Amino acid sequence: MSLTAAMEAVSTPSMFAPVSTPAFAIRDLSFLVLAVVTFIFVVVAGVTLYAIVRYRRRPGEDGRDPPQVYGSTQIELAWTVVPFLIVIVLFLTTTRYIFAIERHAAPADAVEVTVVGNQWWWEIRYPRLGIVTANELHVPVSDDARPTPTFITLESADVIHSFWIPQVAGKTDVIPGKTNRTWIEPRTPGTYVGQCAEFCGLQHAGMLLTVIVHPKNEFDRWVAAQQATAVDLPEARAGREVFTSVACISCHTVRGTFANGVFGPDLTHLMSRATLGAGMARNTRENLRAWVSDPAALKPGARMPAMKLSDDQLDRLVAYLVTLR
Amino acid sequence: MSIIAPPVATPGTLVERAGLVTRLHEWVVTVDHKRLGIMYVVSGLVFFLIAGLEASVMRWQLTSAGSTIVSPQVFNRLFTVHGTTMVFLVGVPIVFGFANYLVPLMIGARDLAFPRLNAFGFWVFLFGGLLLYFSFLGGDGLYGAGSAPDVGWFAYAPLTGRAFSPGNSTDYWNLSILVTGFGTVATSINLIATTLTMRCRGMSLGRMPLYVWMMLVVAGMTVMALPPLSAAQIMLLLDRFLGAHFFDTQAGGSAVMWQHFFWFFGHPEVYILMVPGFAMISEIIPVFSRKVIFGYPMIVAASLAIGFLSMTVWAHHMFSVGMGAPLNAAFAASTMLIAVPTGIKIFNWVATMYGGRIRFATPMLFACAFLFQFLCAGLTGVTLAVVPFNWQLTDSYFVVAHFHFVLVGALIFTVFGAIYYWFPKATGRLLSERLGRWHFWLFVVGFNLTFLPMHWAGMLGMPRRIYTYPADRGWDFWNLLATLGVPFQAAAILIFLVNVVISLRRGERAGNDPWDAWTLEWATASPPPAYNFETEPVVASRRPLWDLKHPDDPDGPHE
Repeated sequence: MSLTAAMEAVSTPSMFAPVSTPAFAIRDLSFLVLAVVTFIFVVVAGVTLYAIVRYRRRPGEDGRDPPQVYGSTQIELAWTVVPFLIVIVLFLTTTRYIFAIERHAAPADAVEVTVVGNQWWWEIRYPRLGIVTANELHVPVSDDARPTPTFITLESADVIHSFWIPQVAGKTDVIPGKTNRTWIEPRTPGTYVGQCAEFCGLQHAGMLLTVIVHPKNEFDRWVAAQQATAVDLPEARAGREVFTSVACISCHTVRGTFANGVFGPDLTHLMSRATLGAGMARNTRENLRAWVSDPAALKPGARMPAMKLSDDQLDRLVAYLVTLR
Repeated sequence: MSIIAPPVATPGTLVERAGLVTRLHEWVVTVDHKRLGIMYVVSGLVFFLIAGLEASVMRWQLTSAGSTIVSPQVFNRLFTVHGTTMVFLVGVPIVFGFANYLVPLMIGARDLAFPRLNAFGFWVFLFGGLLLYFSFLGGDGLYGAGSAPDVGWFAYAPLTGRAFSPGNSTDYWNLSILVTGFGTVATSINLIATTLTMRCRGMSLGRMPLYVWMMLVVAGMTVMALPPLSAAQIMLLLDRFLGAHFFDTQAGGSAVMWQHFFWFFGHPEVYILMVPGFAMISEIIPVFSRKVIFGYPMIVAASLAIGFLSMTVWAHHMFSVGMGAPLNAAFAASTMLIAVPTGIKIFNWVATMYGGRIRFATPMLFACAFLFQFLCAGLTGVTLAVVPFNWQLTDSYFVVAHFHFVLVGALIFTVFGAIYYWFPKATGRLLSERLGRWHFWLFVVGFNLTFLPMHWAGMLGMPRRIYTYPADRGWDFWNLLATLGVPFQAAAILIFLVNVVISLRRGERAGNDPWDAWTLEWATASPPPAYNFETEPVVASRRPLWDLKHPDDPDGPHE
């Protein structure tokens, strides 16, 4: 995996640098709209400025009032009808794009993903592939020869969140009690960042999300690696003992062990992920130790409690966790 | 020909000045619409200062990536209370305060129809405002001192449920806004009754000043839009205290229903705040351009159209909740449509200035800045109505920029213009023009420096309501610019306050009609006596004072 290298290349999540079909369409539409409103701004602001400069009171003028003009039906009709026509054009264009994006049907090769918003992290499930991970959405690149868009089902475990990675698609809210759908079809491999866009409580700002777009064969390798159960290295047994004997397993799953908690992120392949705490820190051994020791120090308000482990327990636990690749 | 009541001497010069306690007592027990109006505006300005301080702390925090000036919890409280304050405790009391003061004077009435209801409205509003701020002290029953609400000013369910918002912080938000809402509805009913029944002789509906017309529309919108919010807030109260499940998603309640209720209030609310700005501008621009308003009937029609259409656009705040393509398209249509009557007004104001002899006194400076900034706000509003683009822009800093252009760049600018315009009427003294120009230019520079860059931050992917952001996002520069605007705005407000204090004591005497204006309030003394007019005025046109000043060319035949 070259995730860490990819993470360093992260750039601004600009909606004007799209890499995926709905975002391409939105950019094209936005250029049209911005051109129209800029034109209107220039014309109206220009006329206003002209009126202000041309009709300012000059020194030396007599104090008499100018001719009083009460209105003009023709002129007023004109500036009612013209904006109305512009609105009709904008509306029809908008509607075409709305239906094109919302009513796009999933092809047979589409990847199905379920993203579950939690305070304050993302669970990413691939129901057809039997994979559960967190905070990183891995998808294959799509091309014309074999389109492989990813269709995303959005659910929330608690409050409203919003799924937003500007370079791949606009946002779709993640609402408890309501299942939403969105889709992406990235055309360029790479790593694209986004984050929760609906205020969801204390750590709304700490709910980052990444999409990693793989070439097709690389995606297949990633799937195979994620489908494997957790490794069981003899030298990490002591740490696993700690993991399974304290409360970690009430919330976390490690496939291949009897840890099957569902409240927190699945840790089966913890070290394949680039960050901890949904983007709060890079996933290094030191940060992992600090995180397990006191999550709130890295992410104030994080739902994971400090487990009050001894230094020795921490050492052994971290030695185990870093084997979960 | 119109007959205007002769000016009367200021009563203050005749009676001996009473003691401080007596005078304070008079303000507390007053039912005079002018005193209540002034108290509304002054309370609104005090809350404006507080909300401005809250915003400054947020800007300080966001200046650079990863700063830790305030904790996430404090930041969330700051933007919640800032937003709630600006909408409910600054915008609403100031626009209704002006209406309180001006509507009876402009229609030649002695007071509002229900003076005691009016006093009730004010005191209920003030109580609600103080209740909100008491949360900083009260919170979880004092030992958890400082648990102000932290759920955002639109308080989306189910974040406001007991499960996610324990303690009392959300209840402070809920109850204080519920209470101020009662006051606002009462005042609106009062304004409608007054306007419909208490106009002086000769003042048909078609001769009312545009200010009065627009405030009638605003009062109508308020009566329609506020009760649904109150209803939703009562449901939230039942959820939180009696275990109801209206918005409790874990028991089958609906999170989206809260959004529909809230925005059914929330979007008309934008126009409830903005149309009074149009109303003030429609009085200021003609007087300082020395021309009659261009197309009075069209502006009235456009205001009514805005009033009706504003009830049909609420779900444009919800394009990303998954309403489905047909509903999204329908709300895009209504939202774009409302741009048409709004545009008509801008064209009419510019046409009024065209061919005039524009005098750039401070009220007119604010009016001119309003025209450009509101144009910008309106056009970003149209942009946001383009649903697919909205999916990118909603809940980003672009939206923050957009609504601050509406509510500060347009509304607050007109309010300052209105204060410079009507201050002489209310106090008898003019505000200093020199300080006024300093106030204006610093505020224009500061406002644009703060809020223009936010458009870019939003388009570069910065969501709103985040207490910090990673360093690699490329948002630092735009946030730094935004923060640099703060000292300019703060200096402007400081100069304004100094101006008020100095001018109250030593300002130039205004006389009845310092701006050579045309509506009835300028026909009586400054400040007007308690009874407003010695005899009931009689009007024959939309500009009774024009008729008086130009007996050779009265307005009547032109209307």
